Amino acid sequence: MRAAFVKALVKLAEQDSRILLLTGDLGYMALEPFIEKFPKRFFNVGVAEQNLVGLATGLAESGFIPFVYSIVPFVTLRPYEFIRNGPVQHHLPVRIVGMGGGFEYATNGVSHYGLEDVGVMRMLPGMTIIAPADHEQAFNAVLATAELSGPVYYRLGKDDKTVVQGLDGRFELGRIQVLHEGEDILMAVMGSIAGEAVAAARILEGRGIGARVVLVSSFSSAPPDDLAKELANFRDALTLEAHYPLGGVGSLVCEIVAEQGLGTRVLRCAVGSCNEGITGNQRFLYERHGLSAELVAEKALRLLRDTPRWTATTRSL
Amino acid sequence: MRHDIPAPISATLSQKGAGNGCALSGGNIRRIVLEQAKRANVGHIGSALSVADIIAVLYGEVLRVSSPEDPDRDRFVLSKGHAALALYAALHLRGWLSGKDLNNYCGNNTSVGVHPEHSLRGIDFATGSLGQGLTMAGGAALAARLQGSARRAFALVSDAECNEGAQWEAVMFAAHHQLANLIAIVDLNGQQALGYTQEVLSLSPMAERWRVFGWDVHEVDGHDSAALTSTIASLNTKSGPPHVLIARTIFGRGVSYMERQIKWHYWPMSEAEYGRALAEVEGIQ
Repeated sequence: MRAAFVKALVKLAEQDSRILLLTGDLGYMALEPFIEKFPKRFFNVGVAEQNLVGLATGLAESGFIPFVYSIVPFVTLRPYEFIRNGPVQHHLPVRIVGMGGGFEYATNGVSHYGLEDVGVMRMLPGMTIIAPADHEQAFNAVLATAELSGPVYYRLGKDDKTVVQGLDGRFELGRIQVLHEGEDILMAVMGSIAGEAVAAARILEGRGIGARVVLVSSFSSAPPDDLAKELANFRDALTLEAHYPLGGVGSLVCEIVAEQGLGTRVLRCAVGSCNEGITGNQRFLYERHGLSAELVAEKALRLLRDTPRWTATTRSL
Repeated sequence: MRHDIPAPISATLSQKGAGNGCALSGGNIRRIVLEQAKRANVGHIGSALSVADIIAVLYGEVLRVSSPEDPDRDRFVLSKGHAALALYAALHLRGWLSGKDLNNYCGNNTSVGVHPEHSLRGIDFATGSLGQGLTMAGGAALAARLQGSARRAFALVSDAECNEGAQWEAVMFAAHHQLANLIAIVDLNGQQALGYTQEVLSLSPMAERWRVFGWDVHEVDGHDSAALTSTIASLNTKSGPPHVLIARTIFGRGVSYMERQIKWHYWPMSEAEYGRALAEVEGIQ
């Protein structure tokens, strides 16, 4: 998604001189197409993410649209209060671009994982959150949100090759995208782990179970109407995300189920904790945290087998 | 005693000939600070008195702002947002904040609170969390350069605020990019919430710290309006390094029993204290 993001940014910047790109000294072998084309509109502010966001706030107040780029935790958690008091409170079009949602940075370790970013960003009123599932969707999402007057957080991944089957790059702010049809269980998924959900649905298909997979790629503007309609049709729902259980798609689905009084049973497949400091590649980490297609399919089967019709409690694994 | 019960600001202003068109002086700012702090029964009085002369010079002599809506106006960030009452006084004396709104200071359903909100006319950036203002002012200065504008960005920071690491990120960036149109003013009163800066976390030598970070440093008396004005007028804001005025000030300046006293960071005034304070600042213009 890195290349897709930069490609979209160059396209936007060609038409809109207000667009600037600032980085906290990251983006090697990624940002060059923008830097080469617009050297005077690019600033490496150094390893200083709080100033990165503060500068962007000052620039945006004067009419610019600054994109600030770093790895997810560095651009969300380190300058969080600057985001809150800056672009959020002043309603300014600062674009926060976080690279590496979930376990994308794999063996780089827990410091580099993005596991609470959507949650903390969702808490900020007026912040639009975009979490594309693949590079095609990322490209379209960046273009589709160019004109938003307030701040936007983009949760991106590094993969510019893999595409999520059934997505075809579709993106519409505040809407879900259906990735797989089925009638027995609903799966709601966020981010590039969507491929695991689609693969899980295929495994379930082989077991005679129909899983409907929907992608949530924007949070505030969240798609509550779409999700409420989907959830109303299912007794059982499973959510999947490379994120801690609080604040992401699992939380969103639970909120909608409770607020709408739907009675759907929700199983949240999310990252329990990384505090033990175990790292590895993304595949290993998906399996370790029960997020791989095979493990998700097993959980879905257990959920369908175990759900008593008379309860509507929410369970977290 | 005449000052036992503070009258609404509009009444006192009309009695004293103040209001729109009234002299934008440190004395008038101090009087409004005391009146409003007493009426609202809130503190942060010492901090507001500390910057009263700096604010008066900025709003009376320095800032090029034809109206708060002018996109090409100079930007001002009160990074030490807890001194906002001095800023509200200046906005009122400039005619941008009505007496009615000023009298809502710390009331309900108002943007005129202890710390400035951007929704208030004349406030470019909301502040209140220390260490953020200079980063935003840096962005405003960079924006002016990119847009080919001669406008400048000012940030008034406290000395204790220089405890914040993020501020030094902004200091480094501004020097590296030679943001000549960025002017920081350090309110060097030597105090912070719980003690004297030398005892809490030493910032000495303040001027040298900014100098080695690449800034054009000027040490001035923060209560000498003429010196503040002439120093700022002498700055090259078109090219070269960013500028900082290390403004030596006295916390609580103008009210003898508040000067250099830690308790007046938070303390509100009793009736007797208010009367005495007002009498003392009446003599200042």
